[in-house]
Amino acid sequence: MATFNLKINGKTRAVDVDPATPMLWVLRDHLDLPGTKYGCGIAQCGACTIHLEGNAVRSCQLPVSAVGKASVTTIEGLSEKADHPVQKAWLDHDVAQCGYCQAGQIMTAAALLKRNPNPTDEEIEAQMSGNICRCGTYVRIKEAVKSAARK
Amino acid sequence: MNNDTTGLDRRSFLKASLISSGGMMLTVSFLSSFKSADKAEALNLPDQWAQLNGYIQIMADNKIKLICPNPEFGQNVMTSLPMIVAEELDVDWKNVTVEMGPHDNIKLGPQFSGGSNSVKMYWKPLREAGAAARQMLREAAAQSWNVPVGEVTTKAGVLSHPNGKTAKYGAMAAKAATLPVPKDLVLKSPKDFTIVRKSKKNVEGQKVVTGKPLFGLDYRTEGMLIAMIQHPPAFGMKLKSFDPAEALKMPGIKDVFSLKLYEDGFEQGGFDTRTFNDLLVVVGKSTWEVMNARKKLVAQWQPAGDVKDVVTGREGKKEVVVPGALESSKAQMEQMIEYAKKPAQELRKDGDPEAAFKNAAQVIERTYTAPFLAHNCMEPMNFFAHVTDEKALLAGPLQAPGWVEPTLSKLLNLPPEKIEIQMTRMGGGFGRRAYNHYLSEAALISRKVKAPVKLMYTREDDMTYGIYRPMYTATYRAALDADKNLIAFHVKGGGVPEHPIHPNRFPAGAIDNYLAEGWQIPSNITIGAFRAPRSNFNAAAEQSFLDEVAEAMGKDPIRFRLDLLKRAKENPVGKNNDYDPDRYAGVLELVRDKSGWGKPGSEKYSRGVAAYFCHASYAAHIVDMVTRDGQPYVERVFSAMDCGIVVNPDAATNMVQGAVVDGIGNAFYGALTHKDGAAQQTNFNNYRLIRHNESPKKIEVHFVQNDKDPTGLGEPPFPPVFGAVANALYKNKGRRFYNQPFQPELEKVI
Ligand code: FES
Ligand code: FES
Repeated sequence: MATFNLKINGKTRAVDVDPATPMLWVLRDHLDLPGTKYGCGIAQCGACTIHLEGNAVRSCQLPVSAVGKASVTTIEGLSEKADHPVQKAWLDHDVAQCGYCQAGQIMTAAALLKRNPNPTDEEIEAQMSGNICRCGTYVRIKEAVKSAARK
Repeated sequence: MNNDTTGLDRRSFLKASLISSGGMMLTVSFLSSFKSADKAEALNLPDQWAQLNGYIQIMADNKIKLICPNPEFGQNVMTSLPMIVAEELDVDWKNVTVEMGPHDNIKLGPQFSGGSNSVKMYWKPLREAGAAARQMLREAAAQSWNVPVGEVTTKAGVLSHPNGKTAKYGAMAAKAATLPVPKDLVLKSPKDFTIVRKSKKNVEGQKVVTGKPLFGLDYRTEGMLIAMIQHPPAFGMKLKSFDPAEALKMPGIKDVFSLKLYEDGFEQGGFDTRTFNDLLVVVGKSTWEVMNARKKLVAQWQPAGDVKDVVTGREGKKEVVVPGALESSKAQMEQMIEYAKKPAQELRKDGDPEAAFKNAAQVIERTYTAPFLAHNCMEPMNFFAHVTDEKALLAGPLQAPGWVEPTLSKLLNLPPEKIEIQMTRMGGGFGRRAYNHYLSEAALISRKVKAPVKLMYTREDDMTYGIYRPMYTATYRAALDADKNLIAFHVKGGGVPEHPIHPNRFPAGAIDNYLAEGWQIPSNITIGAFRAPRSNFNAAAEQSFLDEVAEAMGKDPIRFRLDLLKRAKENPVGKNNDYDPDRYAGVLELVRDKSGWGKPGSEKYSRGVAAYFCHASYAAHIVDMVTRDGQPYVERVFSAMDCGIVVNPDAATNMVQGAVVDGIGNAFYGALTHKDGAAQQTNFNNYRLIRHNESPKKIEVHFVQNDKDPTGLGEPPFPPVFGAVANALYKNKGRRFYNQPFQPELEKVI
């Protein structure tokens, strides 16, 4: 066990956990931030995607000890009022079916647009392909990413 | 929980009552006679909801709360079912909030999500609930204003009378709640709908995009422990012995023990299917700690031998012997080939198929196969349970709480009214969550450790402890005469452990000489419903076979099907043809016209068509395939559906698009195989699911417009996708593919 002071969604939060604990479980079990989802635990599905200094990372593969002073953003902290352009586009296109994968999809899309505000279809596909949607909402996700890019 | 069955008819459940803002029922209704009366003082609360029936609550300030009776797994019932109530209640959708209902089969009906049934089975009751409440509000206004009720009209939540009097529903709700429920109801004509048929956004959309705790895995309470199970490493194995010492030494671990799910001779319900009866359980404070401790378990496993189960399913109570062998998919495939040669059970016979085949000028025979599939719901199986000697609280994702309640009652020795099951949003279902062993496991674990517990399956647990789509095969034969007329049709299907045949489906009824047969091989690999059971294989095999027959006859594949349907309509063979030829033809014609089939403009595509009818709705797809980086890729799809009235068109479109993507993915990649009883795919690194870059760029969905009562959409669009993909693949590669998934074979020929 060790204590970590983490910068999460703009606040400093202290946790006392095994240093090897993946951020996914730190967020879900210890910080009451369950918006970040577990899907595979082996970097295959993207359900656990969060931002580390603005970059999309798989929180199931990120030990809490590796976070250091880097700022972490989760779906709960992406915007104050659900008004991030990606969230808005997701609502406009009514993307979700079961919704379980969508936090991860949104976090990947938000990081992608920050780096590349005008992605081509191919770039969207390439960047988003690490995020599985078992319900098959890919067509809508693609449309939503494109309309968020236009905003 | 009001699960007593007291012989009250459903109409009497549309009984009005008042409840407090906390949603507590009061004694003013006879329904609450099942409950204690100690909340009566809540009547005096200033902001009380008036509950007009199980589905409707109205606040004095005109806020409307509608209750969704059925569990939500992404089919969007939390929006579409309340829309139906709101339509007949005649309220402004803007003022509506929706809540998931409690599990209460008396007040809220069957509460089962599956079989594409939600909208179909709730359409009439929900319209009646809305119409009854509206009528009671009109009656309340009539009494208050001293005018005849016939002169009181409603519009968007406002009552009015020609004399100028108006009142919001909220102002009349408390009075309306005391009135008797009307006996005769007038329902709206579809032409007057203002909410149904107008797309409404997912009522939980905002919560989804902000990461609110909606799902079973997100559910937690103070002091809740995490539990994981270790199941035997292979089907056909059971526990021999284990040593908990090392696991118990790990940080955060509270308990390690073995658990027997059902005692010997336990009478299982039809959905109590379980794979493994002996489980090792690790309980601890946090997920990561439990995961790590589980790795330290020392266990020996042994062959389980044949197991006798007592199951009461649809065909009544019977003893089922589950064979003990350690099975392998390769051997099962060889076994299927052997079985296919043996005589099978005749399921339907029209005319004289034997003679017709003997006299045929040409016989086409093809065999199709498909593997086990894992559901792979994005949210793995999990359930919360807090069981004490007096009562049980359970919360989590499941498709049919009413089915597990009797099982729990027996397992926990608690009366049903002491068992509360809360339905969380599900991260997918696809049939998997109709099987509730994981909920029973959670309940027994909580009882053992005397604490609130969340049982959680890892992805590996979820994939290797499945209730899979069975392994199937079917051999189709068609007889043509010298003029290339189709004179006989024969399908012989089998599977491990069930056959896929629906003997009365198309093309039965359209061909004079017809034979359908089935056979099955017992297995210990547990199977169950998977999005459109059996149909999801049949539509693949039959629809690609029909494509081949049409080609042999020199006919356009759509024309060929339409001709058969015309025959089935004008001069049907046999009586039990369970499809409507007109509606079947309708979706084919619609997709043909919308896709520009046979017209210039689609030359760059390899086109494949397929249609199917199942779960009361009709579906047809045309997939347009191209070659991209040497690999066949479905770039766009046209779909046509007939599910009657489309309650929420944009959400319905989403559902169909998702089914198309799911179908393409499973056609190309889906497979779960076993070696010596052990699943060979354990996570998404070796079980391939379709991803963004493999999904079509465009899926255009069209609905046949009619005023028929709505039927479901979760399953019907899924099966024919496989057939359409197979037929496009033929155009693309110049050869047929008979064995799913197609990708491994493609990689050999590319
Ligand atoms: S849970 Fe992290 S990638 Fe799947
Ligand atoms: S919406 Fe269900 S997994 Fe993506």
